Amino acid sequence: MKKFINDPADVVAEALAGLAAAHPELRVDVAGRFVARAAAPRPGKVALVSGGGSGHEPLHGGFVGPGMLDAACPGEVFTSPVPDQILAATKAVDGGAGVVHIVKNYTGDVMNFQLAAELAADEGITVETVLVDDDVAVENSTWTAGRRGTGATLLVEKIAGALAEEGAKLGEVAAAGREVNAASASFAYALTACTTPAAGRPGFDLPDDEIEVGVGIHGEPGRRREKLRPARELVRSALDAILEAKPLNPGDRTLVLVNGLGATPLLEQYLVFGEVATVLAERGVEISRRLVGNYVTSLDMAGLSITVARLTDEMIRLWDAPVRTPGLRWGV
Amino acid sequence: MDTIHLDVALAVAWLRAAAASVTAETDQLTRLDAAIGDGDHGVNLARGFTAVAATLDGAGPTAVGDVFVRAGATLISKVGGASGPLYGTAFRAIGKALPPGAASADLADLAAALHAGLDAVRKLGGAEPGDRTIVDAFRPALDAFEEAVAGGAALPEAAASAARAAGEGARATVPLTARKGRASYLGERSAGHQDPGATSTWLIFQALADVTAP
Repeated sequence: MKKFINDPADVVAEALAGLAAAHPELRVDVAGRFVARAAAPRPGKVALVSGGGSGHEPLHGGFVGPGMLDAACPGEVFTSPVPDQILAATKAVDGGAGVVHIVKNYTGDVMNFQLAAELAADEGITVETVLVDDDVAVENSTWTAGRRGTGATLLVEKIAGALAEEGAKLGEVAAAGREVNAASASFAYALTACTTPAAGRPGFDLPDDEIEVGVGIHGEPGRRREKLRPARELVRSALDAILEAKPLNPGDRTLVLVNGLGATPLLEQYLVFGEVATVLAERGVEISRRLVGNYVTSLDMAGLSITVARLTDEMIRLWDAPVRTPGLRWGV
Repeated sequence: MDTIHLDVALAVAWLRAAAASVTAETDQLTRLDAAIGDGDHGVNLARGFTAVAATLDGAGPTAVGDVFVRAGATLISKVGGASGPLYGTAFRAIGKALPPGAASADLADLAAALHAGLDAVRKLGGAEPGDRTIVDAFRPALDAFEEAVAGGAALPEAAASAARAAGEGARATVPLTARKGRASYLGERSAGHQDPGATSTWLIFQALADVTAP
């Protein structure tokens, strides 16, 4: 598999150096492995720190900036960050009002963020953790590690970030993040596997006429394999799963995110968004806010995820608030 | 060689052997992980154990327990994912359970420390036997080690017995369905492959057997 890399072992550090060069408004600590706002900490402001494996760009480093995250910790590709870097980022942006850790629900991320939160507490920093688990392809049962955090992570980071920017308290910011997560559901398809720089070849083999159904964002196979069907049928199946997990009523207002996993053209993403709009219109559900593009990716995987979140007035107001990050930017 | 104690030099030799073994088997661990996860278990563990070996260069700890505490802290700092905290916490717990300040540990101490390591992994990860995890190799290895020690075996024999049991435990994960970690997302599709975490645990016990072998 061809990639624009030098040495697989250096990919994350070199990409961080490039992020720093491209975005002088960010403070990128390449050795410490975190990205922070240049102006952090802001005294009295609740800080938001997220992180996870690399390979999901622009998540999370691309969402650092006014109106969203204060810092992000990229781990190795598809590997959660280690406690040291999460602690360093937490300390770098703590303005004395506490820090919210936004954690996608994966075993490694949960453990490393938990260890970091304990270390931060030892240093007198109060941390609240918001766990994101919106992927309805996984059953939430004792037989699994629980639902995965995927597309809704962006929504949580944006809406909680906007509230923190207004000066809300730690508990309020964390509660807003949890409310967004609870209101969101996602489902993803993969048309191809992705290739990590270290492995150098696709993570699984998929025949030309088959797709993986219910994939996450780490190149792992999905819940099952099916024959490729027309997009309108795939969208209906995905929305059936989403609406079964988080039912919507006629008149509900929603945010819909159609998110490319890395190698699916915007042409197809817009086509899918149109199909989603058709199905939700049939059900009388209003799409109040929308986003289409590559935001929570899985390296070079062809595929996409659909996220539907039921919005309150307050969520809409916070979604519309100004944001200025490399990956999301409006109102400023 | 003293065959009824684990001293600092032997502990360091064990961790170096584990580093060499995990590094040599990186591709194998990658293949196993790619079948059910994202294929990075070998690379991540090799990076972590290489860092452990590096921290033990030069003037190291003088207490055997501190060797493992340092190894555990290094794994937590360098590996990431779930395996970093799990193996790191295991080695830290093993080190902390050994007699404080002692230059060597006898077999009863070592068995108790391994027990503390397994308990720490199970507490952090919440895994039960049969969930297709590290525990499925660690627990039989510990059982075999304790049984050998109770039967009067010396360290080489107890370590070899533990390594054999860990290997059997790892192989026995093939038909199991994962209930913890990323492989659990696959449901029944996770069955049919040997668990990479149980496999790396076997490599670590095999390393102890190798460095203590007469």
